[in-house]
Amino acid sequence: MSVIKVEDKLYQNRYIVDENRPHIYIKDAEVCASSCKSQPCTFCCPANCYTKDDAGGVNLVTDGCLECGTCRVICQDNGNVSWNYPRGGYGISYKFG
Amino acid sequence: MVEKFDAIVVGAGPSGNSAAYTLAKGGLKVLQIERGEYSGSKNVQGAIMYADALERIIPDFREDAPLERHIIEQRIWLLGDDSYIGTNYRSDSFNSERPNRYTIIRAQFDKWFNEKVREAGALVICETTVTELLRDASGKVYGVRTDRENGEVHADVVIMADGVNALLARRADLQEELPPENAALAVKEIHFIDPALIEQRFQVKGDEGVVIEMMGKVTGGMVGTAFLYTNKESLTIGIGCLISDFKEKGIAPYKLLEDLKNHPVIKPLIQGGEVKEYAGHLIPEGGYKAVPQVCGDGWMVVGDAAHLNNAAHREGSNLAMTSGRFAAETLIELKKQGKAPVAANLALYKKKLDESFVMKDLKKYKNLPHIMHMSPQFFNAYPDLLNGAAHDLFTVDSVDKKTKENQILKSFAKRRSIFGLVGDAFKLARAFR
Ligand SMILES: Cc1cc2nc3c(=O)[nH]c(=O)nc-3n(C[C@H](O)[C@H](O)[C@H](O)COP(=O)(O)OP(=O)(O)OC[C@H]3O[C@@H](n4cnc5c(N)ncnc54)[C@H](O)[C@@H]3O)c2cc1C
Ligand code: SF4
Repeated sequence: MSVIKVEDKLYQNRYIVDENRPHIYIKDAEVCASSCKSQPCTFCCPANCYTKDDAGGVNLVTDGCLECGTCRVICQDNGNVSWNYPRGGYGISYKFG
Repeated sequence: MVEKFDAIVVGAGPSGNSAAYTLAKGGLKVLQIERGEYSGSKNVQGAIMYADALERIIPDFREDAPLERHIIEQRIWLLGDDSYIGTNYRSDSFNSERPNRYTIIRAQFDKWFNEKVREAGALVICETTVTELLRDASGKVYGVRTDRENGEVHADVVIMADGVNALLARRADLQEELPPENAALAVKEIHFIDPALIEQRFQVKGDEGVVIEMMGKVTGGMVGTAFLYTNKESLTIGIGCLISDFKEKGIAPYKLLEDLKNHPVIKPLIQGGEVKEYAGHLIPEGGYKAVPQVCGDGWMVVGDAAHLNNAAHREGSNLAMTSGRFAAETLIELKKQGKAPVAANLALYKKKLDESFVMKDLKKYKNLPHIMHMSPQFFNAYPDLLNGAAHDLFTVDSVDKKTKENQILKSFAKRRSIFGLVGDAFKLARAFR
């Protein structure tokens, strides 16, 4: 089975990047590493923004974010995701939607 | 002096555009605020647009709205591993002067609708995110704060049309956070393809279109559906399942989409297309029981933000447009009568919703989300069984038909006890009644 590269999919999209101002961040890295066993953000995010790191924690890069809200909804139990929309005008800008 | 409006509409999707358009036409001073680069730039849909809801707002929309194809055929397919069993309904009467359903491309359609809002006289500001509601000590909403410098604006009423995430209402404690079982995450792609191929593969001509809704093996037992829609020169393909199921099953959404695209009955339909965009969005699927309070002192909430979405029939944009119109009409009526937009008076909006198809339909299916969630067999065993049954029946070999029937019945009983089958049929019938 071939590996699906989400990056190839995201490459098609138009983003207006707000340099160095991520709109979503992980509040406490320790919580991901120690209190969250399943780490659902690492497989539920449609843009693969969350990845497991070597130390058992979770790494977040919001560049390809589709602003869907899934990670916020899914992390409710731990409440460890600080979720905002990007500043007005920034982020994903769909041509078709 | 902070500028003051009769109403502020947050969001420029179908619900916000309908509200702002109706308000402006009704002579009110309206400000609409949209966070995207333009109306539609953040929005994702299948997308089927239902003419009736829009016609009640802009009767002659067909003259210049960017419409793709009008639907003359609806297919519903249950996918097996390498097969499908399903129903098709096609009618030439859908080729009428004023077709009932169209495929659209949301980024283009919303942009057009928002132009109409501006022409009607509303002030529209894009590239601006509303960060919070402004409320006085009694809780009455009197405006919004945006992420612009000195970005405070005041109004008699704020209409929240900000979509499924409904951050404004949640942050003001007017709504609870979405439970993962009340929302589906959908991902989709648009594939550009020679229109001649669309005509050939879907047996259509001119602006005729076909839509296919799919359930079955491709969701891996999760509660969800997939879709394939024909546009003028592109195809839209997508799939969505409940967030709670994604979480439980550990399946990545883009993996489902790839599997769907590679399914032996789907692949030949999309072959040769060029993917130009990949999108993801949530759909509110909690139904009637998940609809929150929709109005209070100085505020109303419409569309997806109010959880007005009929998952059973995959209708959302029409409920969004209708609720936006109702909210606006409520304000116009109150203004005429010189009544203040306090909770008791704005309750007229709720009344309009209750008396219309919006709440009646949601109420009719109020138990469906729960039944689907509790019955994975609908998404797992049944597609398998039905596809298997069809396969056996249509395979001509030396087995007599009576024996085949018995084998099919046995396979059903084995996978799902007879009581289970009867129970499922009963539950489903009740939910759809
Ligand atoms: C994959 C998919 C397929 C679908 N298919 C269909 C279909 O075929 N037919 C159908 O009828 N429905 C369909 N739906 C449902 C339909 O898309 C929604 O019901 C509809 O878009 C809801 O409209 P809305 O205006 O309430 O919200 P939205 O369309 O989500 O619009 C909300 C707007 O508010 C803006 N906004 C949000 N927050 C802020 C803020 N804080 N400040 C400023 N602006 C803000 C957003 O940028 C956006 O423009 C589908 C949905 C999905 C995801
Ligand atoms: S909002 Fe959606 S796309 Fe963005 S990081 Fe969260 S899950 Fe991923």
